[in-house]
Amino acid sequence: MSYNYPDLSGHFGQFGGTYMAETLIPAVEELAAQYAHYQHDAEFKAELAYELKHYVGRPSPIYHAKRLSQHLGGAQIYLKREDLNHTGAHKINSAMGQALLAKRMGKKRVIAETGAGMHGVATATVAARFGMECIVYMGAEDIHRQAQNVFRMKLLGATVVPVESGSKTLKDACNEAIRDWVTNVESTFYIFGTAAGPHPYPMMVRDFQSIVGTEAKIQMPEMVGRQPDILLACVGGGSNAIGLFYPYIDVPNVRMIGVEAGGYGIASGKHAAPLTANAKVGVLHGNKVNLMQDENGQIIETHSISAGLDYPGVGPEHCLLKDIGRAEYVAINDDEAIAAFDALCRFEGIIPALESSHALAHAMKIAPTMSKDKVLLVNLSGRGDKDMQTVAKVKGITL
Amino acid sequence: MNRIDIRFASLKQQNRKALIPFITAGDPSREMTVPLLHALVAAGADVLELGVPFSDPMADGPTIQRASERALKLGVSLRSVLDMVAEFRKQDTTTPVVLMGYGNPIEAMGWAAFAQRAALVGVDGVLTVDFPPEESHDAFEHLQRHNIAPIFLLAPTTKESRIAQVAKLARGYVYYVSLKGVTGSGSIDLSAIEEKMPQLRKHIKLPIGVGFGIRDASTAKAVAALCDGVVVGSRIVQEIEDSNAQNVLENVGRLVKELSVAIR
Ligand SMILES: Cc1ncc(COP(=O)(O)O)c(C=O)c1O
Repeated sequence: MSYNYPDLSGHFGQFGGTYMAETLIPAVEELAAQYAHYQHDAEFKAELAYELKHYVGRPSPIYHAKRLSQHLGGAQIYLKREDLNHTGAHKINSAMGQALLAKRMGKKRVIAETGAGMHGVATATVAARFGMECIVYMGAEDIHRQAQNVFRMKLLGATVVPVESGSKTLKDACNEAIRDWVTNVESTFYIFGTAAGPHPYPMMVRDFQSIVGTEAKIQMPEMVGRQPDILLACVGGGSNAIGLFYPYIDVPNVRMIGVEAGGYGIASGKHAAPLTANAKVGVLHGNKVNLMQDENGQIIETHSISAGLDYPGVGPEHCLLKDIGRAEYVAINDDEAIAAFDALCRFEGIIPALESSHALAHAMKIAPTMSKDKVLLVNLSGRGDKDMQTVAKVKGITL
Repeated sequence: MNRIDIRFASLKQQNRKALIPFITAGDPSREMTVPLLHALVAAGADVLELGVPFSDPMADGPTIQRASERALKLGVSLRSVLDMVAEFRKQDTTTPVVLMGYGNPIEAMGWAAFAQRAALVGVDGVLTVDFPPEESHDAFEHLQRHNIAPIFLLAPTTKESRIAQVAKLARGYVYYVSLKGVTGSGSIDLSAIEEKMPQLRKHIKLPIGVGFGIRDASTAKAVAALCDGVVVGSRIVQEIEDSNAQNVLENVGRLVKELSVAIR
């Protein structure tokens, strides 16, 4: 295997690393050491496998979206149904892994940042499952647009802290979670929601999410007799995408396309697509990545209709995969995502998350340009129940 | 030797501790920063820490976050902070100035260009909160080339092996963060500092400044007795926030005077 990242210090080529305040350096070093140990521990792996099967409901099926494919008249679209996981998204794959690690590290308090609320719900869920105190930081703007998920977290016993600083979205929630961690470093495990942040998070979250691609690699040959031609996944921080892509990196002839949030369009500047827009490399939240920033190095406010993609950075491994040409990155605008959302509802009876709708929208764009024997596999990262408010608003309906 | 070394050497000769106040550049206004720096010196500051505003100040509590937001709203950038230092140096060529902030604005400018300009305007030290030594190799080379001291933080959580590592790289002084938390939070645990100090001194031959959580003269005095310099940030920034354009110099001057008298 030629692809072997990150290096021991958490670098994916020029990306990644450990850009953290000194108080937290020992904490991330300890986490890296503990993860390095438990990652190969038979008992840990067995417990994780058990929880994923009996609690999360894995493996998630792959579904052939036949009517949608027929309608588009080109390549066949298959969906990896992460929306069918307990709590309704891929986020629980990694939250579960991290919670089991927290348990072994003796941490009784977990914190998380959340955008769409799916990672917050996943974290609140595993915290309830293992009897841990749970604090979730969420931008005030996101609390507003994802009110249902806030209520779910509260039902699960979590404390949801509204973050009023900056753009009041995911990046600010992340700042506030880091502030909490620095203050409570000894008692607290930070369950990070995506494949970004300081080492070892990008690697660890990737590994936990890789169950998605590992299953698909077995399921696709069973269903269609071969691996897909193209993998597609939406990219916020990049955890569902890397989870699908990583096991395929060494498989030749499988293209991978990460779909970022184009918001009002790349040209408008109001988007959350640092890779597609070739954003300059910078440092935020513990890692060096392509980052949406102004000429003075200040992080700029992003826009996406989907709270889970509304983030100015992206995980370091995606930056590398783009750099070395192994994966491609494109953007899908708000209106295109809504159109794909509608299509999946109508043609397949599946209500997707707005995040996942971005990946689906790009698949719908390219499918008609391909022959009918081609196979696209879309990571349907989550279900759309949480997005009812947003979609209704777009359609001018009050619920 | 740069101004920081000269200043600490002379303080040592006089058997005095350094008072190191922090303000955010551009708060409350662009025009007020240089007069505030002079007022700090007049009130007894020995080293100045000038905060470079950043959109995502992860290591700061609400007080300094707000100062940063105020400055950014006025369009203050790293370049304008460097201009402020140039302006300050027209009247004061001896008081050391340390820029404190986050790495990304410097990354965006480029370390080479930054170090060159910073040296030219009279910056003596640079502290980037989110750039630990492991990630600072390039940064260092450029700073060293221009005789600018890389200032590092150490924390209560820092293990002895890291203290030794930081000791090798640090110049100027080392900044010991006296509590687990963000700026302006909690209250300081004097006995914990006292306990940590021998371990720090064993490896660090540079002066050691202590900060985070120092809010009044009596705490400053008690902390000063344990180290070489006292850093006061949020309390001063709070005073700036609570003042108006007419009385801010006077109010800040009075506060800093109290602190400087207390630690003498
Ligand atoms: C359903 C769903 N998909 C995707 C994402 C984006 O995150 P990531 O890029 O880490 O997969 C989120 C984040 O909230 C989400 O809820």
